[in-house]
Amino acid sequence: MGLKEKMHEIKLKYQGKKMAPAFNAIHTFLYTPNETTHSGGHVRAVDDLKRTMNTVILALVPCLLFGIFNTGYQHYSAINGFPESFSIWEHFITWDNFVLGAITVLPLVIVSYGVGLLIEFIFAVIKGHEVEEGYLVTGMLVPLIVPVDTPLWMLAVAVAFGVVIGKEVFGGTGMNILNPALTIRAFLFFAYPTWMSGDKVWVHGAVERAGTADAISGETILGYLAQGNTQEMYAKYDLSEMFFGFIPGSVGETSAFLILLGGLFLIFTKIASWRIMVSAVVGSLAMGWIFNLIVDFGWIPEYSKFYGLMSFEFWKHLIVGGLAFGIVYMATDPVTGSQTNKGKWIYGFLIGFLSVMIRVFNPGYPEGVFLAILLMNVFAPTIDHYVVRGNVNKRLKRLKNATILPDTVDGAAAELKAETV
Amino acid sequence: MSKDIRIKKGLNINLVGAAEQTTIQAVSSNVYALNLDDFHGVTPKMLLKEGAELKAGEPIFHNKNEESMRFVSPVSGELVEIVRGARRRILSLKILADKEQVYHESKPVDLDKVDAAELRETLLMSGCWAFIKQRPYDIIANPVKTPKAIFISGHNTAPLAADVDYVIKGKEKEIQAAITGLGKLTPGKVHVSVADTTTSPFGQINGITLHKVSGPHPAGLVGTQINKIDPINKGEIVWTVSPQDLVIIGEYLLTGRFNAERTVALAGSSVKSPKYYTTKIGAEVSTFLYASGVNEEKFRLINGDVLTGYKTKPDGHLGFYNNTVTAIPEGDDYELFGWTKPVFNKISSSRALTFSWLNPKKKYDLDTNTNGEHRAFVVTGGYEEVFPLDIYPLQLLKACMVKDLDEMEQLGLYEVAPEDFSLTEFICVSKQPHQQIIRDGLDLLYQEIG
Repeated sequence: MGLKEKMHEIKLKYQGKKMAPAFNAIHTFLYTPNETTHSGGHVRAVDDLKRTMNTVILALVPCLLFGIFNTGYQHYSAINGFPESFSIWEHFITWDNFVLGAITVLPLVIVSYGVGLLIEFIFAVIKGHEVEEGYLVTGMLVPLIVPVDTPLWMLAVAVAFGVVIGKEVFGGTGMNILNPALTIRAFLFFAYPTWMSGDKVWVHGAVERAGTADAISGETILGYLAQGNTQEMYAKYDLSEMFFGFIPGSVGETSAFLILLGGLFLIFTKIASWRIMVSAVVGSLAMGWIFNLIVDFGWIPEYSKFYGLMSFEFWKHLIVGGLAFGIVYMATDPVTGSQTNKGKWIYGFLIGFLSVMIRVFNPGYPEGVFLAILLMNVFAPTIDHYVVRGNVNKRLKRLKNATILPDTVDGAAAELKAETV
Repeated sequence: MSKDIRIKKGLNINLVGAAEQTTIQAVSSNVYALNLDDFHGVTPKMLLKEGAELKAGEPIFHNKNEESMRFVSPVSGELVEIVRGARRRILSLKILADKEQVYHESKPVDLDKVDAAELRETLLMSGCWAFIKQRPYDIIANPVKTPKAIFISGHNTAPLAADVDYVIKGKEKEIQAAITGLGKLTPGKVHVSVADTTTSPFGQINGITLHKVSGPHPAGLVGTQINKIDPINKGEIVWTVSPQDLVIIGEYLLTGRFNAERTVALAGSSVKSPKYYTTKIGAEVSTFLYASGVNEEKFRLINGDVLTGYKTKPDGHLGFYNNTVTAIPEGDDYELFGWTKPVFNKISSSRALTFSWLNPKKKYDLDTNTNGEHRAFVVTGGYEEVFPLDIYPLQLLKACMVKDLDEMEQLGLYEVAPEDFSLTEFICVSKQPHQQIIRDGLDLLYQEIG
């Protein structure tokens, strides 16, 4: 008896029992179910939610791998100094970098998936519905948007909070208002602010070494800019390093290049909305450009604490920090984003616009993309409301010319005359 | 006058097993049946008892709420069984056919002289009225209301559906009579839409406004055409009739006989030699199914096309409105890692390791597997790509699910029928039952507002 038949028997045995959703989650992971259509059309397209989520995960894998190597690279470079002539094969894709990255990053992935899926399973069993796939993507996003040295217990607490409060209380996948991954990120940021900012958390080992003779610094590019150390930053990192991602930052967000490839893949597969991505890029460029203009007009003195970030060339905002990652992987979340095509343009634009604005003006922490997306998550239903009203109003306008005809009375030869309302 | 309608949004579902254009006279069925589910919203009141003898075209029951609306027998014979379900609801009526068919004869209608009221009465009494459907609500037309226009789709873009031009060829006389008659019942126009690629028999018909439609499915759905030509507003009524039913109406007007004969496409990958059969409404499907042969033991037999038809069995009967019977393989099997592996042999609207976009002309052999489980709505923006109506499909579906009557009205539920949501249902990533949601929404609105 093959595995298929055995699983089928267990499924029948568990049918209607409490644990059925837990078993079915594993069963449907191995096999697409033997379910046939029973209402409406008799055939269905091949896409299901598992495939959709899986495609997003595929697009995230390069970022994860890069993050693993970069963790090792940043750590060793901070200790031994950055290599004089950087070579990707000699200095970046090395066994040492990989080992160090893997033992630091993989626990984040395991804790994120472990805690999140456990909660999903518990809720599914209690509420008697199937385990839904939403967390597959969230669980992958979370380790990529946290600083590499985030303590695992903090991550576990944050994931539990994010999944329960961010999603399950609303009814699970498809019902949540806020993006769960960003809810988790925001929880970490506001609950443990000293851990989540500053120049110590972005490079593995920096926290432990702080205050000792071996102290290393892992300031992000935005961190340098926020402190007005623009010259120092350019001395350390050049443009191609920023674009390809050999810079400190959250695990998976540093490589704008890989994010760009992931974004193109998601657009090609029609899984993520290109409208949101394009308009968010435009929005962030617009805001950055406005700041540049303000600086050019000389309205901001050089000693202002905003000068560093405001004078940063507008398009460079896209290749540093978490902006690109947020635009491609999180602003495009269909559940929490705008649901109408017109709405998506507005929603995306405002995310880009606000991200750069918050990034520049945030006094404690020079990054804004997760706050901007959460804020727009809240406003997405409002945007959709007005877009849909547009369609309703069009219909109401048409109603003025409606041809409503009188009833024919008892089969008598009623006058068939059009009456305009 | 001819106007062009170009549909861009949509999806053609190309399936193997299209019916070959040869027609065979099917053997006559012993038992014919009327399936009462075909007449959505009609509460039947029986006029005859079990065992009664009747002629073809003789009334068997009428609509309890509208007694002039009669439903007639497709054949002459004996009413052998009234099949009842829970709470004695009538499910179907079975008629054992006579060897020699006798018609219930009435006087032919003189279309030049007859006035609207008289014609309406005639159609109601003759049983032809049941072929006229109305929107809103997608039910049999309410004879008290006057339609602002009548819409006829002479182009069928649904997968494997019968070719309209082929099945009505040579029936121009009947169609002309039906059009002339129906035209008297509305002060508005009779809109007929035909494919832009062929020369339709409708080209020679007078008294219609002809439109040429092009583009993928649902270009051929009458709901799409209404939305593009003259959308329905609140309070307005439009009628829709399918071309094959026009033939029956026309023949009645010309001869005074209700002739339930029609040409049916038998199609689908489970059929050995798919072709057309001439048979009658209510005939047992096995009378022509086995003449073509079937390829496998486990197949799904569908009264209608694969997107909008309903399930039947070989001993089931041809539906009142159907001119297509489809048989496709049942897909009640598991597939290892079916959710993640690259797929070449199924249709997809995305490109997520699915490759149907490479060759849009390729024909597929789809089975009835859902390819995934039912989920809450998650993905957005996909429905709009296959939904050409000026309506927000996701928002309308959600309004129906939460039973928000105001929202349902405002978002345009009046304009749609369940079939308009057959494509969004097909591509739905969350495998939601769109057509059922819309049907329930329409029923609720009808019940609350009428």
